[in-house]
Amino acid sequence: MNGIHDLGGLHGFGKVEVEQDEPVFHERWEGRVFGMCLTFGGRRGPNVDAARHRSERLDPVSYFQNGYFGRWLATFEMMLKEEDVLAEGELEDYMNGAAVQKVADGDAPPPQRRPLRGIDAVREVDHPPRYGEGQAIITRNHQPAGHTRLPAYARCRRGVIKKVHPAMVFADTIAHEQGENPQYVYSVEFDGAELWGDTAEPGTVLRLDLFESYLEAA
Amino acid sequence: MKTIHEHGTPEISLRVEALESLLEERGLINPVAVDRVIQHFEQDVGPLNGAKAVARAWIDPDFKSRLLQDAAAAISELGITVGDNVQVIENTPKEHNVVVCSLCSCYPWSVLGLPPTWYKSPAYRARVVREPRKVLAEMGVDLADDVTIRVWDSSAEIRYMILPQRPAGSESLSEEELIPLIMRDAMIGVANVTLPDKG
Repeated sequence: MNGIHDLGGLHGFGKVEVEQDEPVFHERWEGRVFGMCLTFGGRRGPNVDAARHRSERLDPVSYFQNGYFGRWLATFEMMLKEEDVLAEGELEDYMNGAAVQKVADGDAPPPQRRPLRGIDAVREVDHPPRYGEGQAIITRNHQPAGHTRLPAYARCRRGVIKKVHPAMVFADTIAHEQGENPQYVYSVEFDGAELWGDTAEPGTVLRLDLFESYLEAA
Repeated sequence: MKTIHEHGTPEISLRVEALESLLEERGLINPVAVDRVIQHFEQDVGPLNGAKAVARAWIDPDFKSRLLQDAAAAISELGITVGDNVQVIENTPKEHNVVVCSLCSCYPWSVLGLPPTWYKSPAYRARVVREPRKVLAEMGVDLADDVTIRVWDSSAEIRYMILPQRPAGSESLSEEELIPLIMRDAMIGVANVTLPDKG
């Protein structure tokens, strides 16, 4: 998705502000939101890629305005609406003193589904990887309206495969509940100049972990 | 980007309080479980886990090769549970590595805890892929022109941690003495490990 989340290489964001000895959570609400997201008793949406895609679907102002945990809150509320836990305006009504409709007895929340992440993404597939270490590739001009993990700055760029990772569930389809479609993932190295042209800093290279279908032989 | 509310507005606190209480009344949130998660990430998980692995790698070459080969297995030897698909990358005098997630804020939680605010900031995510040398210099790491910088943009489910260079002059230090010198930022690649000033 060509969204504001795809920040790599954008200009205009200024200096990286570093806070010394910062706490894990700066405000109480940040910890509460984080904890609620990890312990919510109902279905938490399909998987972690769907969760990432919710944050991509925030409008650009909402994406930035309350920082990282603001995105967690906004996407948690989005998930609650998509899973029919909260109706539009219901939280606002509750804040204004409306009574809560209790869950009826025997209508307990469904068992928790652990969000898919990390090692859980690896799958066995019955075919060998299409590309090997040392092979030159070019990335496809892949820009779907939905979720993808190919950043815009790395489209149509030449790189070299440095490592073949195991096959993993394909982010682009699983985020939309269109199946796992596991694919090999490759650690691809790009020269700074290939990505940034004559503005590249000398002596810099970049590594991305890319799904097989993002790539073509160069 | 100083006009944004990096840590929220007063209204947001009220909203979150209401949301938690509504979901608790529905039986979908248990505040005690929320407390436990907060406590876990404030107290139990943090960069100390990564620092222990780095210190061990510096004093034990066999552990180091296992750490670079299969980080999760090696780190679990130290009694640390690794929930991420972690890969450890070694910094050398000629190659400096630094980690980012330009698309969101992926980070190796189980070895470094939750990421600092700067790691999640638009400035870092936008800039370190394009001008790592300048960003590193601003953050206090000046690298010679002949040092290659490799930026690892965490675009899939592999999470990266950097094995920093052991500081010169630390040869006589024990593993326990090394651990407190190894700060989080060095394991992201935006700092070097240094010895404390004598005096």
